Amino acid sequence: MTYHDLNANRREILTSVGAGGLTLAFSMASKAEAQDGGLKPLNAYVRLAPDGKVTIQAKNPEVGQGVRTMLPMLIAEELDVAWEDVVIETAPNDPKTYGRQFAGGSMATPMHWEELRRVGAVARAMLIQAAATAWNCGPGDCTTAPGEVIHTPSGKKRTYGSLALACASVTPPDPKSLTLKDPKAYRIIGKPKAQYDVAKIVTGQPLFGIDVRRPGMLYATYEKAPVFAAKVASADLEAAKSVKGVRKAFVVDGDPNAFAPGPGQIGQGLMPGVAVVADSWWAARKGRDKLNTKWADHPTSKQSSKLFAEQAKTLAAGKAQRTPRNDGDVDAALKASAKTVEAAYFYPFLSHANLEPQNCTAEYKDGKLEIWAPTQNPEPGRQLVAKTLGMKPEDITVHMVRGGGGFGRRLANDYMVEAAWIAREAGAPVKLLWTREDDMAHDHYRPAGFHFFRGGVDAAGNVTAWHDHFVSFGEGTGFSPSAGMGPTEFPARFVQNCRLEVSTMPLGVPTGPLRAPGSNALAFVMQSFIDELAHAANADPLAFQIKLLGDKDVVGEAPAAYAAGRMRGVLKAVGEMSGWANRGKLPKGEGMGVACYYSHLGYFAEVAHVACSPDGAVKVKKVWVAADVGSQIINPMGAMNQVQGSVIDGLSAALHQQITIDGGRAEQSNFTDYPLMRISEAPQVEVQFLKTNFPPTGLGEPALPPVIPALTNAIFAATGKRVRSLPVTPDMLKA
Amino acid sequence: MAYTLNVNGKAVSADVDGDTPLLWVLRDTLGFVGTKYGCGVAACGACTVHVDGEPMRSCQIPVESVGKAKVSTIEGMAAHPVGKKVQAAWMELDVAQCGYCQAGQIMSATALLAKTPKPTDAQIDEAMNGNLCRCATYVRIRAAIKRASGQKEA
Ligand code: FES
Ligand code: FES
Repeated sequence: MTYHDLNANRREILTSVGAGGLTLAFSMASKAEAQDGGLKPLNAYVRLAPDGKVTIQAKNPEVGQGVRTMLPMLIAEELDVAWEDVVIETAPNDPKTYGRQFAGGSMATPMHWEELRRVGAVARAMLIQAAATAWNCGPGDCTTAPGEVIHTPSGKKRTYGSLALACASVTPPDPKSLTLKDPKAYRIIGKPKAQYDVAKIVTGQPLFGIDVRRPGMLYATYEKAPVFAAKVASADLEAAKSVKGVRKAFVVDGDPNAFAPGPGQIGQGLMPGVAVVADSWWAARKGRDKLNTKWADHPTSKQSSKLFAEQAKTLAAGKAQRTPRNDGDVDAALKASAKTVEAAYFYPFLSHANLEPQNCTAEYKDGKLEIWAPTQNPEPGRQLVAKTLGMKPEDITVHMVRGGGGFGRRLANDYMVEAAWIAREAGAPVKLLWTREDDMAHDHYRPAGFHFFRGGVDAAGNVTAWHDHFVSFGEGTGFSPSAGMGPTEFPARFVQNCRLEVSTMPLGVPTGPLRAPGSNALAFVMQSFIDELAHAANADPLAFQIKLLGDKDVVGEAPAAYAAGRMRGVLKAVGEMSGWANRGKLPKGEGMGVACYYSHLGYFAEVAHVACSPDGAVKVKKVWVAADVGSQIINPMGAMNQVQGSVIDGLSAALHQQITIDGGRAEQSNFTDYPLMRISEAPQVEVQFLKTNFPPTGLGEPALPPVIPALTNAIFAATGKRVRSLPVTPDMLKA
Repeated sequence: MAYTLNVNGKAVSADVDGDTPLLWVLRDTLGFVGTKYGCGVAACGACTVHVDGEPMRSCQIPVESVGKAKVSTIEGMAAHPVGKKVQAAWMELDVAQCGYCQAGQIMSATALLAKTPKPTDAQIDEAMNGNLCRCATYVRIRAAIKRASGQKEA
């Protein structure tokens, strides 16, 4: 397996093109072409071969969201090449050339929809120019069909492959000067394409971080304190070294502030621990079992989920620490309301539980470091390694390797820093692999949170007052990573009397983004409490939601604009898809719930249909999703998979998962006590994408948040029991 | 100690401790990295291989207990009459997201279809319930099993 030296011998010169900050790197002629078997890079993304194969660089990390396929589709479409002739390579980590390279925020589509189509269009224009020069005609006399330039007047043709060399002398046009295709002419965009690596996946070829092998490679395991960042007091290194195959065992002092570098920052520095390096990973583990490590006391060793809950109650009873929003007069409005509701909500810490545990391979030689990492965020990782190891970033190369799931976990690079440190110390290439138990004990968890609501409705079914006192984690005026809420959180701006308050308590647990960060928790509480108000008003919950959205198309301004019209559109659509109007005919113990949520630029409304039995068991029978992510679904094959996966992911968390803290540590350790939904529980998920007149946006995240309140609202419809705390347990629902 | 194993129809040998799980012998010693580590406690199915045709969690099998049994891994499925149909269905429906669980899924699905060529939904649930998919591709896994078995996809 060789992940090495991808493109390392190509000379690329950065050229800034156009006024819009659009940059493309165009390769100049170099020795590399000869070495490359005649392959001719047209620009940083596109390389042509004489046989007509077109190699396209996939710029962003792939963790299962499908960008390694989807982004090259944008280039291939405008370049006008048959998809079968496209070869995809992973780009080097090189933000100067490619811009930011990361997998997060469902941003790949909105950031690249325009830019990468123009990259393809530039390459096509260069091919046309090369052909026109050869034919001694103007470029206007030429057009293309997949893989060839056609001289329109005569019908003469040249294949792209035959023009590869001639393209070297063509000056690339300004990307902004080119006209992009009419979507009606698309041959690739909008057509279902299987993931480029599908054959490798189904035949078990090496693809993932955990599969990387280097000559002379050793294997490492790294034991860290269950109380986050506690230092090593003692460890029996000699006992570990006595195990056959163990080469080295050593203590790493690390940085006891590794996970709390500053307010709001995701910690990912080097945690203290003990490394064991061996000929095989199994030997390293056996050595580790003999360490008998003792950990130093740590100030956070008393914290627990129970104490957090008690503190939250105390904070909620007092005056809020701050009030990010206070519209109208909530107290007066509550007094005047026809009906009022009060409710306290809770959601727990969650782990990402990527199926591939964190791992990284590193090789330190002659002052240089080479790293293979299944990271979602390679460049910040490189910078972090440089800082921690006292190296220059230019002496470090990070190769992006496919990750077995991302979900935000691999935006942090803690495993990368550990692997780099251990490899330098070991003096050999090292693959560090966390155990599942390490992975669950050392996550950057989705933070828990507490919401204390009061709300009111009038006799006509309007929401008259909304008050949320959010008790979260943080220090000073900062939130712990991903533990925040903005002042425009819906239904703020749609309710005249609206007060949002915040109080925080300090936290000694690393937190960070989990798929649809913030939204994956806030959707549950906001959309559940709206459902409570709908029932208080004796209203149809779906009609109540549409009414709450008012009649304006857009409320507020960018970047906090909320397209209420788009949300009404998906709500109406999901009502029709799901047969919402007929839900009264469901048998006893069954019910439907609706919820909607806007996140990551996508508008989603979802209906869940559940059946609840007297013993408290919940079966989700079906989920309907109506989505508005703009004018074009780029790869319907991947899009559907993302949405269905997000929905089941959300249900899995809501029905099964929580990380509890006790004695300063996470209590759960593996899939035995942190279950994922299994196939027997997974419902059918029907999806409809509404095509609207907006630029396309991403799909990795926004389908997840609304399914959780759709589920809990459905449980209420089925049982009359309101779920105000996650995960849903049978005890809550027993008849 | 040196163990001779039959993996995908070939004799291979590995000099490892007898208590080493088959998973790590396959991955680290023999280089069959298609078989994956997910939990190490028989809870995820990522490490599923066939031992004499039966789907087994290789993280739970000490290498010393394998003996003469025939071990098949995902790397051997292209040559398996049912396995290759399952792989084809997986490709056509583009089942995978991250793909990490899929070797194990395909091994379990192949073992199911080898015994039960036209499984019902309940039989699919039973055979596949030990295989977690963190990306939650279950809708497509079910459809691909139906397709590979020539049944209508719900
Ligand atoms: S690794 Fe064997 S079942 Fe999870
Ligand atoms: S495809 Fe990612 S775990 Fe199944």
